[in-house]
Amino acid sequence: MVRKLCFLTSTLGMKYLMGASGLIWVGFVMAHMLGNLLLFVSAEAYNVYGHNLTSGNIIYLVEGALIFSLSAHVIQGILLTLKNRKAKGTQYHVQAAGNKKTPWASRTMIFHGTIILFFVIYHLITFKFGTYYSVIINGTEMRDLYRLVVEVFSNPVYVVGYAICLLLLTAHLSHGVASMFQSFGFNNRAHDKKIRMVGLVYAFIVGGGFLIQPIYVYFLN
Amino acid sequence: MASTKAKILNLVLKVWRQSGPKSEGKFVEYPAKGISTDASFLEMLDAVNEHIIADGGDPIVFDHDCREGICGSCGFMIDGQAHGPLRSTTVCQLHMRHFNDGDKIVLEPWRAQSFPIIKDLMVDRTALDRVVSSGGYVSVNTGCAQDGNSIPIRKRDADEAFEAATCIGCGACVASCKNASAMLFTGAKVSHLALLPQGQIEREERVLNMVAQMDKEGFGACSNTGACSASCPKDIDLTTIARLNREFVKATVNKHNTDQKLGDG
Ligand code: HEM
Ligand code: SF4
Ligand code: FES
Repeated sequence: MVRKLCFLTSTLGMKYLMGASGLIWVGFVMAHMLGNLLLFVSAEAYNVYGHNLTSGNIIYLVEGALIFSLSAHVIQGILLTLKNRKAKGTQYHVQAAGNKKTPWASRTMIFHGTIILFFVIYHLITFKFGTYYSVIINGTEMRDLYRLVVEVFSNPVYVVGYAICLLLLTAHLSHGVASMFQSFGFNNRAHDKKIRMVGLVYAFIVGGGFLIQPIYVYFLN
Repeated sequence: MASTKAKILNLVLKVWRQSGPKSEGKFVEYPAKGISTDASFLEMLDAVNEHIIADGGDPIVFDHDCREGICGSCGFMIDGQAHGPLRSTTVCQLHMRHFNDGDKIVLEPWRAQSFPIIKDLMVDRTALDRVVSSGGYVSVNTGCAQDGNSIPIRKRDADEAFEAATCIGCGACVASCKNASAMLFTGAKVSHLALLPQGQIEREERVLNMVAQMDKEGFGACSNTGACSASCPKDIDLTTIARLNREFVKATVNKHNTDQKLGDG
């Protein structure tokens, strides 16, 4: 006899959803980082890219998917954390050190996750819903996002805050990506090391790629 | 192993004392004097208990049986590490030569909601037994010992099944996990049978039932921190959990499909 068990509310299923919703954002942050590298090409290229991205209708679909998946990720993240704390009950008096210590990032996902959430909201307020400067490129009126970016990143407080959040995002990804493979069941002994490496390299590319942008703007202006 | 270089240690133990499942517990300090570096950790505790008994006290309760690292009875936290500071070792196989004179050692019981404390360092791990009874068996009659290689099994599968089967059910994986997850244990039990021909008939039912029982017992989810595998005296690999995830999804999808077919017929 097979017992009744709902896949999505099982501890394994919850982690699947966590990984699946994370995966959408894993794809998004990479794309976002790569696109923004146009900042290094020219103000024009940057603005035209932004304009084209937001011109079609497809952007609403993408935004919808992003909001949906992040909400699912956050809700599951909170539910899992509560469930896990309850399962543990009492914490130890002494934390493991040395041989049996676990990586910091793997223990603190809910911490960097929460910071990332507030960062994403603040980031949207600053840029997406920030000051609208207008510019005309090749006869088309469009938003001068480049000017806003330069303005924002000339403030050292913003640059430092931004850098801290990006380091925490790097930490989240450095554990999250490999963990996602594991949660999907897509790992075995032969590939374990490689998958961890992929996760790390991915995290440092995304984190580093984002990080050089505010620093570049700050020091060049 | 008798060593001619045995040294004598004087230690202080800070031990979690709790008289019963419902009572309040607290840390109590005990001196452990004149301990040979050749003694095992449990022998050291025996010696401390002798002194406590001689003083008319209540000896420290801890689980143990074989004292040779094969039964899975022993286990508690030593300075926050399940089974102590050494990898691939049960606490009964841990020796005092890994400690230094003057050390203060903190001993705590396994902590998990599903492992209620019986007394002091002894916890109730029958939740793991119930996970095994829910599916960790085969119901086919496999007869007497087969000729070697009469049923060919891929070498890698045979090795991994054997390694999974070395799990002694000590519960260190649950204890060391910040989520008190039993995924490594359940993964080992599922892997061991899923990789072998005898285990195929109940393969899907097994994983569904064992995960259902695991959840029912209140164990947490896996965050892939790797604490379990690092603490496991039998070095059960973390990718065992990936196999559990894989088996679980496959079984869920197949069950869904069969249920639909049966529903249609
Ligand atoms: C850029 C945004 C984000 C990305 C790319 C991302 C990605 C990921 C990935 C890939 C995982 C691994 C999932 C798994 O182990 O199966 C993960 C885990 C996690 N994320 Fe995020 N995440 C993001 C934002 C957030 C936010 C806003 C929160 C806030 C609650 C959060 C909380 C968590 C938690 C708690 C886990 C670990 C769950 C567990 O194993 O117990 N993440 N994330
Ligand atoms: S998987 Fe390892 S730590 Fe967990 S019960 Fe089995 S032997 Fe003990
Ligand atoms: S007492 Fe049997 S494994 Fe330690």
